[in-house]
Amino acid sequence: MIENPTAAAPVIHARGLTKRFGSFTAVDGVDFDVAPGEAFGFLGPNGAGKTSTMRMIGTVSPVTAGELTVFGLDPAHHGARIRARLGVVPQADTLDSELSVLENLLIYGRYFDLSWAESRRRAKELLDFVQLTERSDDKVEPLSGGMKRRLVIARSLINEPSLLLLDEPTTGLDPQARHLLWDRLYRLKQRGVTLCLTTHYMDEAEQLCDRLVVMDQARIVAEGSPRQLIDRFVTREVLELRFRRAEGESDDSAHIDGRLDGLADRIEQLPDRVLVYTADGEAAAATAYDRGLRPASFLVRRSTLEDVFLRLTGRSLVE
Amino acid sequence: MTVSGLRLAGRGAIASSRSLRVLEHDLLVFRRGWYSYMLSGLSQPFLYLVAMGIGLGLYVNRNGGAPGGVPYLDYIAPALLVTQAMMAGASEAAWPIMGKIEWDKTYHAALNTPLGAHDLLLGDLMWVGFRATLLSVLFLAVIVALGAAASPLVVFAVPVAVLTALAFAAPIMAFTATQTGDGAFNALFRFGITPLFLFSGTFFPIEKLPLFLQPLAWITPLYHGVAAGRSLSLGQVEPVGLAVHVAFLIAVGLAGLAAARITFRRRLVV
Repeated sequence: MIENPTAAAPVIHARGLTKRFGSFTAVDGVDFDVAPGEAFGFLGPNGAGKTSTMRMIGTVSPVTAGELTVFGLDPAHHGARIRARLGVVPQADTLDSELSVLENLLIYGRYFDLSWAESRRRAKELLDFVQLTERSDDKVEPLSGGMKRRLVIARSLINEPSLLLLDEPTTGLDPQARHLLWDRLYRLKQRGVTLCLTTHYMDEAEQLCDRLVVMDQARIVAEGSPRQLIDRFVTREVLELRFRRAEGESDDSAHIDGRLDGLADRIEQLPDRVLVYTADGEAAAATAYDRGLRPASFLVRRSTLEDVFLRLTGRSLVE
Repeated sequence: MTVSGLRLAGRGAIASSRSLRVLEHDLLVFRRGWYSYMLSGLSQPFLYLVAMGIGLGLYVNRNGGAPGGVPYLDYIAPALLVTQAMMAGASEAAWPIMGKIEWDKTYHAALNTPLGAHDLLLGDLMWVGFRATLLSVLFLAVIVALGAAASPLVVFAVPVAVLTALAFAAPIMAFTATQTGDGAFNALFRFGITPLFLFSGTFFPIEKLPLFLQPLAWITPLYHGVAAGRSLSLGQVEPVGLAVHVAFLIAVGLAGLAAARITFRRRLVV
C-alpha cells in the first residue's frame, strides 16, 4: 500500500478543482485541504456547488479540471479503492424499499466485500448505535424522516470508513432528530473519523465543523473556523431592529433618519429588519433609544455564520 | 464461497465478484417473495397450455394439427416457454431498473461503494438470467407433466429461453437508462413486446404472415428463440438452423450489452 499518508498529509487535497456540466460551471476552481480527524464543512446556499464538490470527492462524478486527491489517490484511476474507505450520506436517502432495515445494511456490507457474518455483526452494532434495533425487521418505508436518515448514517459506516461525506445530513428533520444526529456525528468525530459535510444551516456548521469554507456561486469566498470567520467578517454582536412601516414605505430609512450614525461598524437593511453590527448591542440600543429611535422591537444577539454569509455575498443563506 | 476465480483480468472483464454482489441483492429481494414467484411460475404455464394447447388445440388438431401434423399443444408449448422468458426479461429490464435509477435511486447508493456502473448492469442481467432460468425450468416441468414434448432435447429449450430473455433485457436496459420516467414503457410493450408475442411464430408459423411482414419477424429475437426452442422440443433439429438462431440471440444480447454499458455510464456517472 502506497497511500499510507503521514499525519500531516491531507485526507482530501483540492487545487483549482472544477466541475462543468456543458456550459454550466458548478464548481469554479476551488482550493482546500482536509486534515485527518478534522470536521470540515461546506457552507452555502442551494446551487453554490457544494454537492458537486462532494460528488467529486466521493469519486462518483468525474473531475472536469484541476487537481483532486482523496487519501493521496487520484479519483480518476483509483475510484473503487477510495470508495472502499469512504462513508457517504447522500442528500437523498436512497434506501432500498424492497428490503428490511437490517437487510439494507447487510447487502451494503456485501458491496464492500464483507462476509455475511461480518456484515451482520456490524449491522447489528450500527443499528444499536443509531437506535434502530427494534425496527431491524421492518421495511424502510414506514420509518420517519429522522429514522431513515439515521439508517443512512448507519449504512455509511458499515465499511468502518476513515472519511465520512455527509451532504446536508439534517435537511428536513425536526429539531429533536437533528440533535440526535449531531450527537452521533460528534461521537464519530471523537473516534477519529474525518467528517466532511455540506450544510446551509449555520447552527449545524457551528456545532459540527472545526473549519469550513463558505461557497457562493461555484466559488469559495472565505475559509476558517466558525469563530475566526465571525471575528474576521462581522462584529461580536448584532442589534436587530424591526419597524412598523407606514403605507408606501419601501424601507426603514425614514425611521432610522441618522439616529444610528456612529453606533455601528456596519448596518444592513433587510426587507423585514435592520441589522446593526456592533461590539456592544445593548449600549447601541440604549443610545439609539435616547436619540429617539422607536422600533417595534429591539433584539440583541451574537453574530452567526449567517451574518458572515450576508456580509460576504450580500444575500441571506436560506431564502 | 470464493468468487475471485470469476474475475477476469483487465478492463474487459465480463464478470467480476462485484457484479455478483448485485445479483446477491436481487436474490435477497427474491427470497422475500420466492413462493409467489414459484406459484405464478407454475400456474401461468399450466393455464396457458390448458387453454391454448388443449382447448384451442382441439379445433386445430381436428383440421390436421400444426405444420407437419404436430399436435397443437406440442407446437405452442416450447414457444410459450420461450415467450414467457422474453416477457420476464423485458419487464425486469424496464420498471425495476427505472426504480433503481430514478425512483428509489438505489443504484446511486451502490455507486458509493466499490461497485461501478458496469457491475450494476452485469449483476442485474445475471438476475434476469436467474429469473428466466427459474421460470423456464418450472415451465418445462409443466410441459413434461402434460406430455407436451416429443423429444428429451426439450431440456435445451431452457438455455434458449434464457438467451432470449437476455437478448431482450440487455437492449431494454440500455433504453431504460436513457429515460427519466416509465412513460415510454407502456408504448414499448403495447407496440413492441405484445405484437412480438403474437406474431413471432408463437401461435402460427410466420409463413402465414403477409409476405412483407415476414422479414420483420425474422429480425426479431423472439422468432429465433421460438424456432430454436420448438425444434428442440419436437426433436426436429437442423444443426445449422439451430446454430443461426442461437448465434442471432447471442449477437443481439451482446449488442444490447454494449449499448447498455454506454447508456448506464452516461446516466450514472455525471
